[in-house]
Amino acid sequence: MASDEDPVGRRGFLKSAAASAAAMAAGTPVGHEHESHDHDHDHQAVPSDLNLRVKALESLLVEKGLVDRAALDAIVDTYETKIGPRNGARVVARAWVDPAYKKRLITDATAAIAELGYAGGQGEDMVVLENTPKIHNLVVCTLCSCYPWPILGLPPVWYKSAPYRSRAVIDPRGVLREFGLELPDEVEVRVWDSTAELRYLVLPERPAGSEQLNEEQLAGLVTRDSMVGVAKVSSAGLPGDKP
Amino acid sequence: MNGVHDMGGMHGMGRIEHEKDEPVFHEPWEGRVYALTRVVRAGGGRQNLDNSRHQIELLPPAEYLRMSYYERWLARLIKQLIANGIATREEIESGTPAPGSSKTTPAVTAAMVPAMVARRNSARRDAAVSPRFKVGQRVRARNINPDGHTRLPRYARGKAGVIARDHGVFLFPDTNAEFLGEKPQHVYSVRFAARELWGERASSRDFIYLDMWDDYLDRA
Repeated sequence: MASDEDPVGRRGFLKSAAASAAAMAAGTPVGHEHESHDHDHDHQAVPSDLNLRVKALESLLVEKGLVDRAALDAIVDTYETKIGPRNGARVVARAWVDPAYKKRLITDATAAIAELGYAGGQGEDMVVLENTPKIHNLVVCTLCSCYPWPILGLPPVWYKSAPYRSRAVIDPRGVLREFGLELPDEVEVRVWDSTAELRYLVLPERPAGSEQLNEEQLAGLVTRDSMVGVAKVSSAGLPGDKP
Repeated sequence: MNGVHDMGGMHGMGRIEHEKDEPVFHEPWEGRVYALTRVVRAGGGRQNLDNSRHQIELLPPAEYLRMSYYERWLARLIKQLIANGIATREEIESGTPAPGSSKTTPAVTAAMVPAMVARRNSARRDAAVSPRFKVGQRVRARNINPDGHTRLPRYARGKAGVIARDHGVFLFPDTNAEFLGEKPQHVYSVRFAARELWGERASSRDFIYLDMWDDYLDRA
């Protein structure tokens, strides 16, 4: 019955279970054996009945009068469509075009970010870290999943995963290489482990060749990964770059 | 606590899986667990952010590693509902309220969500507490191994660094998580050379910054 009502979860469970068994046989760490990235959800084994269990819990709390379903819908919608890395990208783009804003952003990030209308839970006390040709900043939370929600949204799975959390502090250059970013030896790498309630935003370098772009176009170049510090903002694909 | 959650520097966790165009929630239940946690939290009761983090740390290590992120949230939500007397285990298993149980009013309606999401709930405190250290001063992280909640990772304990910034006064998670008071004190960004933490294999150009409370530090 569960498999009829919950085909995705069931399929995911079977897929994970099979993969785990194969990984154990091969002697590789369970849950991290995939080379391909085609799987459609978190790769750890997911019990088959999670959708059902959570539906039952939601119904119980609604019946008890504790929860308004429309409020749940609104929260999910907020983080799916309203609060995400586009917010941070606008902050970065403003800093690139407005030196006075950038100065305020570096000295009082919380207030400068609030100027653009972004504030709230998990962004109460912001710190902005500026990348330069000589210094590269990278953000991690080794203990849990601290992340600046109001400007980057909820963190991606890799940020919350054991591989990233365990390795970012001991092998940052190796981690960056895995993300496709090879830093010259002379660049200083600064890894920020979010152990307190400060929340970090990396201000990436403005890419060369972007001088003609306006603020909105610049914001369109800024990726989530560049604001965590695992990537640079690429100048590839700039309007002037097209053949 | 020296739990498996404290994984900075561990080996064997595998490659980082970077998913292109990753959705915010991979399945509907993840979004529901996230939202349920937010509204239950907004309902008040005996809970705070530090205690909530500790509830996740208290999951058995094998379970912690097996579970996906939002499965941990679901396990915590169920624990908190039961611990706070909001629902019984029987009710959660059956999905229906016990006969004759009381009905309440939701703490959060859809109209209240924008304000809830925008609300600042800072751990910063206005208390007049003097800093024990100054920017530029050399410090050593204490070698402490509390069995309760702490935000001092194992990999930094006993290691020497330099105060890079004074962030001001914040509540102290180690006591707050146990409902033993906020014990406000200064939090600093402390800069550690990667070689101090990891030895000669690390690059001399790498530095790790950790946010640390006065109670985690001694003069070096």
